[in-house]
Amino acid sequence: MTDLQQRLTGGVATPEGIGVAMVGLPHSNAMGMRLVSTENGEAVLMLPYSKDLVGDVATGVLGGGAITALLDTCCGTAVFVSKSAKITSTATLDLRIDYMRPATPGKDVYAHAECYRVTRSIAFVRALAWTETRDKPVATASAAFIVERTPQKGEEKSA
Amino acid sequence: MTETGAHSDLLDGLSSSIPYIRFLGLVFERRGDEITALMPYKPDLIGNPLLPALHGGATGAFLEITAVTQLVSDTALGDKAAAGGELPEGYAPVMPKPIDITFDYLRSGKALDTYARALVQRRGRRVANVRIEAWQEERSKLIATAHGNFLLGSGA
Repeated sequence: MTDLQQRLTGGVATPEGIGVAMVGLPHSNAMGMRLVSTENGEAVLMLPYSKDLVGDVATGVLGGGAITALLDTCCGTAVFVSKSAKITSTATLDLRIDYMRPATPGKDVYAHAECYRVTRSIAFVRALAWTETRDKPVATASAAFIVERTPQKGEEKSA
Repeated sequence: MTETGAHSDLLDGLSSSIPYIRFLGLVFERRGDEITALMPYKPDLIGNPLLPALHGGATGAFLEITAVTQLVSDTALGDKAAAGGELPEGYAPVMPKPIDITFDYLRSGKALDTYARALVQRRGRRVANVRIEAWQEERSKLIATAHGNFLLGSGA
């Protein structure tokens, strides 16, 4: 836990280190989430298919909540690794999820999130989850996070 | 709970037979036609170990499952009335599927038990619109709310 604190607030955290810490949070870890990449200020996570997370026994489809948790974690990671600011802590304000189609049973779920705007207090994020191909999304998400951050030089004062 | 029978078994069956509900450790209780869902605290639900606070994903999943469970319970009550007061043995209602949900996180969830109730604002033929609230120590201090649309059985 102190390790997490150091990684997230030590000022020397690398995007990859932050990503590793985010999938290492107790609930993310219990679900089995993994970090895929944190390049270009964007985050890609993966949730391996697991029988423990099935929400519909008849079909073997993962619970919608599991996709929610993956997207929430991915959005949070994107806020931390966004290039625009040094974020020291975040909390989800709101999260909207649209479920396009069921996650294919037996397939791992990927999520990609991009933080496209950070003000002094708020970060705006959008995300996508898919199984086989990004062209066939399982779900999309749009979220706002409240953030604590180290102010940057010459920064515009808003929000 | 004083009432027993197929409907109570149905709720118990949900918490024991659906892996993801078991993973979260959820328990459901019914009073009349109202379901109260309980997410007993366990360390695996934590998202921020520093505060500590529940993972927003766990809270979100809890709200979503509470809505689905209320809808399933309502379906079962309707089917029970239609069948003349008894649910047939091995009764298994079709699970509603989320279409979209918006979560509002009002306070950080503490390392405590969490409760939730869902209010079905409109149940149409194919879609139900549901509001869900979650709280911990005090009912008046909600930690999160959600509203969403769910696709009911046959429309899929």
